[in-house]
Amino acid sequence: MTAALPRTGITRKRSNVSERVIVGLLLVCAVVSVLVTLGIIAVLAGETLSFFRSVNPFKFLTGTKWAPAGGSGAGGEYGVLPLLNGSLMIAGGALLVGLPLGLATAVYLAEYAPPRVRGILKPTLEVLAGFPTVVVGFFALNFVTPFLLRPLFGDDRVFIFNAAAGAIAVGLMILPLIASISEDAMRAVPQALREGALAMGASKRVVTLRVVFPAALSGIVASVILAVSRAVGETMAVTIAAGNTPQITTNFFGSIQTLTAYIAQTVSGEAAAGTVRYESLFAVGTTLFVLTLGMNLISARIVRRYRQEYQ
Amino acid sequence: MTAAAVEPRPGILRITLGKGATRTKANIVLDGVFAILLLVGTFLGVLAVGLLLYSLYDRGWTRLADDPAAFFTNFVSRFPARAGIKAAIYGTVWLMGLTTLFSFPIGVGAAIYLEEFAKKNRFTNVIEANISNLAGVPSVVYGILGLGIFVRFFKMGPSLLAGGLTLAIMSLPIIVIAARESIRAVPRSIREGSLALGSTNWQTVRRLVLPAALPGTMTGVILALSRAIGETAPLLVIGAAVSIFNTPNDVRDPFSALPVLIFNWTSRPQAAFTDAAAAASIVLLAMLLAMNAVAIFVRNRFSTRW
Amino acid sequence: MKLRSFPPFVRLLTVLLAMFLVAAACGGDDDGAGNADAGGEGGEKLSGSISIDGSSTVAPISEAIAEEFRTEESGVQVAVGTAGTGGGFKKFCADEIDISDASRPIKDEEIAACKTAGVDYTEFRVGLDGLAIVTSSKNQFLECLSLEQMASIFKEGGATTWDQVDPKFPKEKVSIFAPGTDSGTYDFFVEEVLGDPKKLESLKPRTDYTASEDDNTLVQGLSGQENSWGYFGFAYFNENKSKLKDIKVSAEDGKCIEPSDETVESGDYPLSRPLFIYVKNSSLKRPEVKGFVKFYLETTPDLIEEVGYTAAPAEDYEKGLAALEASA
Repeated sequence: MTAALPRTGITRKRSNVSERVIVGLLLVCAVVSVLVTLGIIAVLAGETLSFFRSVNPFKFLTGTKWAPAGGSGAGGEYGVLPLLNGSLMIAGGALLVGLPLGLATAVYLAEYAPPRVRGILKPTLEVLAGFPTVVVGFFALNFVTPFLLRPLFGDDRVFIFNAAAGAIAVGLMILPLIASISEDAMRAVPQALREGALAMGASKRVVTLRVVFPAALSGIVASVILAVSRAVGETMAVTIAAGNTPQITTNFFGSIQTLTAYIAQTVSGEAAAGTVRYESLFAVGTTLFVLTLGMNLISARIVRRYRQEYQ
Repeated sequence: MTAAAVEPRPGILRITLGKGATRTKANIVLDGVFAILLLVGTFLGVLAVGLLLYSLYDRGWTRLADDPAAFFTNFVSRFPARAGIKAAIYGTVWLMGLTTLFSFPIGVGAAIYLEEFAKKNRFTNVIEANISNLAGVPSVVYGILGLGIFVRFFKMGPSLLAGGLTLAIMSLPIIVIAARESIRAVPRSIREGSLALGSTNWQTVRRLVLPAALPGTMTGVILALSRAIGETAPLLVIGAAVSIFNTPNDVRDPFSALPVLIFNWTSRPQAAFTDAAAAASIVLLAMLLAMNAVAIFVRNRFSTRW
Repeated sequence: MKLRSFPPFVRLLTVLLAMFLVAAACGGDDDGAGNADAGGEGGEKLSGSISIDGSSTVAPISEAIAEEFRTEESGVQVAVGTAGTGGGFKKFCADEIDISDASRPIKDEEIAACKTAGVDYTEFRVGLDGLAIVTSSKNQFLECLSLEQMASIFKEGGATTWDQVDPKFPKEKVSIFAPGTDSGTYDFFVEEVLGDPKKLESLKPRTDYTASEDDNTLVQGLSGQENSWGYFGFAYFNENKSKLKDIKVSAEDGKCIEPSDETVESGDYPLSRPLFIYVKNSSLKRPEVKGFVKFYLETTPDLIEEVGYTAAPAEDYEKGLAALEASA
C-alpha cells in the first residue's frame, strides 16, 4: 500500500522550510474534519442530555412505540426502534437497488463502453446525483408507486406511501455515487495487467472479474460505504414517498418513518424549543451519529482485512 | 486495491484466472450473459434518469416555455402565474461559488495530507474514521450545525456565507474520499522515479501525483456539488428565505435558493405552483449540468491511462 | 478551451443557460426599483430590511403582503423564511428576526425564553385557517360528523370500521390520512377534538394512521380510498374539489356546518385556527417595520382569500392597529 513518502536526504534547506509550511497547511485541512465532528457533538450534546433527563435512555433505546406528544410535549412515548427499523429498511432496500445497478454501470463504462458512449453516459448518471431530493421523492410517489409497484404487486397490497418506493428513490440517488467512483477506480488499474491476462487467453469477462475488480476493490468499497452513508442520511425523498408513520414492520409496502425524516420534520415543525418533543430530535440525531459511526468502524475493519490479503 | 499492490512484485498479488480462462462453450455463453447483464443494468439507470426528466418535463415545460423571460426575471408572488425564480437563481449561483471555494481546497488538501504525508499512527486513523463517519451525517444535522456555529456563534446571521460554509462542510467528506482514492491509484513507480531524480515530496505531489489524481478528484467534486445544489433541509434550518424580493450584493446578505423554493412551492395547495416547481427544477438541472460541464472538462483534460 | 470536448447536449445546455443568465441579468432589476412605482405616495420613502421567519402556513400571507408592500415602498427589503413555528419562535426569542409567523399562540416555554432574552413583543392576529374534514369524492355515506364522533375516530383505540362511529354507516374499514405529529394542524385538531394534551382527562390520539408531511400527498391518499377520512387546511380542499368531499361538522348544538369563508369568519364553523404574527417591540420603533405591520393589518383582509385562508373578524385587525399606535 502507498505508505507516506520517505524522507529524502538530498533536499535543500530552503525547500525544507517551505515544504514544512505546506505540509502544515495540509495538516490543518485534515484537522478541519475533526473540528466539524466536534462541532456536531457540541450542538447535539446539550439538548440530548436534557432529553435523557426526561426520558429514560433504556426505554428510548428499547421501546417499540414512537409517539411524540402533541402540543406541549407531555406524555409522549419515545421508543426509537420504529425509526431505526425505518432507516434500516430504506438503507437496505436502497442498496438492493443501487448496488447492482451501480456496479453494472461502472463495469460497463470502465471496460466495455466505447469512449464516446462513456463521455455521454457518465455525466448523464452524475445528473442523477443532482436531482433535487424533493423531485425524486415525488417521482417515486407519482410514478413508481402507481405505475410500477401497484401494477406488479396489486393495488391492495401496496399502500400509497410505502417503503419500497422510498427505497427505490434513495437507490437511484446513490447509484451515481457507486457507479462513478467505482468506474474511476477501475479505469485507474494499469492496462498492463489487463493485457497480460488477455494474452493468457482470458475473455473480457474474466479479465474484468478476476483482474480489474480485485485491483479496484479499495475504490469500489469506498464508494459503497459512501453510498450507504448517504442512504441512511437521506431525508426528503423518503418522507414524501414513504410517508411518516413510525412503526416496526418488515412490510415494504407499508408506510414507515426514518430517523432522519423525524429530525427534519421536528426541526422545522411546530414543536416549541425547550420541550421534550423538540429535544427528542437531538437524541435521534445522536442515535444516528452513533449508528453511522458503528457502521463505519465495522466496514473499516472489513476493508483492512481485505487489504491484508493483498499485502 | 492500491496500485502499488498490483505492481508485478513477487508474492504481493497473485491473480488467478482459474478455469474461466479457457474458451469452453459454457464460458462463451457466460461471457455473453455477463455483457448483457451489464447493459441491462446500465440501461435501467439511464432509463431512471430519462423518466425523472420526463416527469419534470411533463409538469414544468409548458410553464417554463410559456414565458421564460418572466419566469427568470420575476421575484416570487402569491399568484403562481406571476411567480418567478430570480432571487433563487442568484442565491443558488452564489452558494455554489462559495461552496466550491471552501470545499475544494480544504478537501483536496486533507486528502493529500492523509495519503502522502501522514504517518500511520492513531491520530491519522482517527481522522480517517472521522471523515468516513461525516459522510453519513444527514444533511439536516449539518443544517443544525451551521445554525449553531455559523449563524449564531460567529454571528453571520442567515447569510450566504453561513449557507456556503455549511454546504462546504457537508461536501467535504465526499471530496476527501474520492480524492484519496484517486491519489492512491497513482502507481508507486511514478513517485519513486520522481524522488530518484531528486525532487522533494511536495514537488512530486504537486507536479506528478496531483495531475494524475485530478480526474478522480473531479468526480468527487462533481458528486459533492451536485448533491449540494439540490439540498433543501440544511438551508431551511439556517434560515434561507422562501420569499425575498432583491438579489444579494454581498456574502452577508440573506438569500433564497432554488431547492428551498421548489420545496415550498410543491407544498402549496394550488396545482399551478406544482407546475412552477417542476419548471424551477428544470432550471436547477440545467445549472447543475453547466456546473458539471466545467468539472468534466477538467476531468477529461487530465485523464490518462497508465 | 475546446467546446468540442464536451458531449453535444452539455454544450447546448451550457449555451442555453448562458443565454438565460444574460437575459436575467439584463432584463430585470435588482434591489429597490421594482415594478412600476405606485407613483408619488407622498412623504419620504422608507428604507431598511425586515426579517420574517416561522410557520410555513402563515408565510404565504407574509409573502403576499411583502409583494404588495414593495410596490409602495420599494426601498424596504423583506425576507420571509419557513423554519416552522417552533423554529421561528426560537429565532425570535434569540433576537435574530423582527417578525415571527405563527400558526398557534406562543407557548409558555417560548414566553419564558423571550423573557430571559429581554425580547418584548406584540401579538397580532392576522387571519383564520379553517380545517376541512374530508373524504374521497367517491364516498357515499359521510355527510356530517360531530366532534364526538371525530374523537371516536381519532382517539387511541379508535374506530376501525365505520359502523363503530355510527351504526347507520356500513361496516367498511376506516382509512385515516392526516398530518404528522409535528404539524400545527395536528396539534390544533387534537386539542380541539380530543382535549388539551396537558389535561389528564383528555383522550390520547391514535398513532396507527397514515401520516404525511405534505398536505398535497394527503390529498392523493384521501381521494384514492373510497372510505378515507382526514383533515387539513381548507385551502387544500378548495383546490381539489373534484377529488374530495368535505364533511360538515357539528358542535354541541347539533347543527351541521359546512366549511366556507363565511362560516369560518363568523365563527359558526367550529374548527378554525387563528394565525398570528409576533413583532418585536424594539423593531416596531423602526419606521419601516411599523409601516410594514400597519400595511399588513390594513391589507390582509383584502388579499388573504387569494392565499387560501380566511380573514379574521374586523375587530382583530382594528385591535392590532390600535396596539400598533400605542406602541409608538
